[in-house]
Amino acid sequence: MYSQGLIGAKTDSGEDQAFLDAFQRRIDAEEKIEPNDPMPEGYRRTLIRQIGQHAHSEIVGMLPEGNWITRAPSLRRKAALLAKVQDEGGHGLYLYSAAETLGVSREQMTEELLSGKAKYSSIFNYPTLTWADIGAIGWLVDGAAIMNQIPLCRCSYGPYARAMIRVCKEESFHQRQGYEIMLTLCRGTDAQKEMAQDALNRWWWPSLMMFGPHDSDSQHGDQSMRWKIKRFTNDELRQQFVDATIPQAEFIGLTVPDPELKWNEERGHYDFGAIDWDEFWRVVKGGGPLNTERLEARQKAWDEGAWVREAALAHAEKRKLRREAARVAAE
Amino acid sequence: MEDRSALVTFLLRLADDHLILGHRLSEWCGHAPMLEEDLAMPNIALDLIGQARALYQYAGGVEGKGRSEDDLAYLRRERDYLNCLMVERPNGDFAHTMLRQFYFAAFMHPFWEKAMESQDAMLAGIAGKAVKEVAYHIRHCGEWVIRLGDGTEESTARMQAALTALAPYVDELFESDAVTAAMAEAGIAPSPASLRAPFEATVQSVFAEAFLDAPAAPWAKTGGRQGLHSEAMGFLLAELQYMQRSYPGANW
Amino acid sequence: MTKHEIPLWEVFIRPRNGLAHKHCGSVHAADEVMAVHAARDVYTRRGEGVSIWVVPSAAIVASDPEQKDENFEPSISKVYRHPTFYEVPEEVGHM
Repeated sequence: MYSQGLIGAKTDSGEDQAFLDAFQRRIDAEEKIEPNDPMPEGYRRTLIRQIGQHAHSEIVGMLPEGNWITRAPSLRRKAALLAKVQDEGGHGLYLYSAAETLGVSREQMTEELLSGKAKYSSIFNYPTLTWADIGAIGWLVDGAAIMNQIPLCRCSYGPYARAMIRVCKEESFHQRQGYEIMLTLCRGTDAQKEMAQDALNRWWWPSLMMFGPHDSDSQHGDQSMRWKIKRFTNDELRQQFVDATIPQAEFIGLTVPDPELKWNEERGHYDFGAIDWDEFWRVVKGGGPLNTERLEARQKAWDEGAWVREAALAHAEKRKLRREAARVAAE
Repeated sequence: MEDRSALVTFLLRLADDHLILGHRLSEWCGHAPMLEEDLAMPNIALDLIGQARALYQYAGGVEGKGRSEDDLAYLRRERDYLNCLMVERPNGDFAHTMLRQFYFAAFMHPFWEKAMESQDAMLAGIAGKAVKEVAYHIRHCGEWVIRLGDGTEESTARMQAALTALAPYVDELFESDAVTAAMAEAGIAPSPASLRAPFEATVQSVFAEAFLDAPAAPWAKTGGRQGLHSEAMGFLLAELQYMQRSYPGANW
Repeated sequence: MTKHEIPLWEVFIRPRNGLAHKHCGSVHAADEVMAVHAARDVYTRRGEGVSIWVVPSAAIVASDPEQKDENFEPSISKVYRHPTFYEVPEEVGHM
């Protein structure tokens, strides 16, 4: 999911075989790699890209939900949603911090996001049209994210794994918050229940797409698995998500919009219908409902914040000079 | 009974101030000048919304008509909201938002300090928690007022513009009427006038460090406490109340 | 926009008195006061701490991972530094 952007990434780096083998032995022995350790350039590049994309997803992910903070239907919901969206910002921040240990700055990563060079999770290009979408995002999108993030807590790169541990600890309230919204709607009026079903209809397939292309179509999965940047394949995680989510939908009386969905006794898993990969690629490449608006919003915040950041730096410079002058005067 | 209705009015004014300002501040979430501020501003907004909730719950109880915090927050008409005009001002730029927040915090801090000794145990309890929260708001927003006031040419100009824009709204914070007089007399809350000196002290110390001069307001705007708001208020409430108005009686 | 980036600070939090400050991540801030604010707003939203340290990331001096073996392996063989190296009869009790 956060490796959607690795599509097309180069992972070969041209170090000699002995170096690569020695590195692989460390990985195989479950040793954590720390910032200054020698590492293959491909490993570093893959991580920068993946962590950067993960961070961007958190930041862009603030927008669809942020859209409803001012319209949340009760004070309790308003506070929870605000805290949740703030958390997403915090998670983006932890992740940028982790990427910065690899020698890339947050500014560089931000510029890559704004120029369209760096990707973010395709899901955030869909609109939040009703309050139920806030429930659906928490339940499905955060649910999918947790599936992906729990194994990342054991990722081979120490700072990424540590950031993920923190993220997972905090995220545990997000999915529950979303499910509780859905549950309340489903126990409410007909109009509320209809709203919940409509949100599930719209968010179900994009949520499955979050896990990325089928393993057979994913070029970089293998190397990332070997390096233990990834611990499960896209399809494994997607299946896990479907298996966990169906009973939750049934419990609140919602129907997953997939006529082919059925329990497969033999496999011990749910079978589900085909994902519309044309839609997936269209959204990844910029043609989703709100790709343009999401980047415009980030660009606007960045541009309009420039004078604030410059003022903070200018003031810091003045403080330093004044302190220096005071010190000289005191001597 | 007379006292009770004054207390309800007083609590609603206070609660509305916090809700409306928290609502305004939450509009920034996801759009701040830097990521660190995308965490800082919601922290302040959450404090304000938390204070509003405590005050609405208490007001509903005192009123005794069975109105919940959400009934009070979402289901009154515009003319029934009693917040001061400063808090409903559109956010403007970051300088404007920080200065507005700083003014409000500089006013609320001495208020809560005195309210901790209120004859009203409930209010004293709310004050004990709020006073710490608002002390941080003063610090955080005050530091930004200093940085923007004494930053670049552009930031100084923007901060000056914010000072000019907000100047007419400061006096309303200190307005007295029969309600505030009744509260002061009963030892429930400090009289607004008594908060002017500590407010000025806080403001002056930050402005001095920021090399800013507060312009004298040519006139003061007023009316919020009687439910006479700016045009911006109706749009704010349209957004705030959208769900509750569209689905009357539903649970969320 | 490499011209002027907002500096990075490492953040250390003391979870409660009696425990040491522990590294928990980093923040960007133009100066030390705002760095403490940012650390407070980012890393203590769930009551994680009672004290914060921030240090400019650039001020941290680290040992060289290439010298890991020469730095740290020599100490591993010095087993006599550990209490379990010494035999004390059980009757003597805890020592």
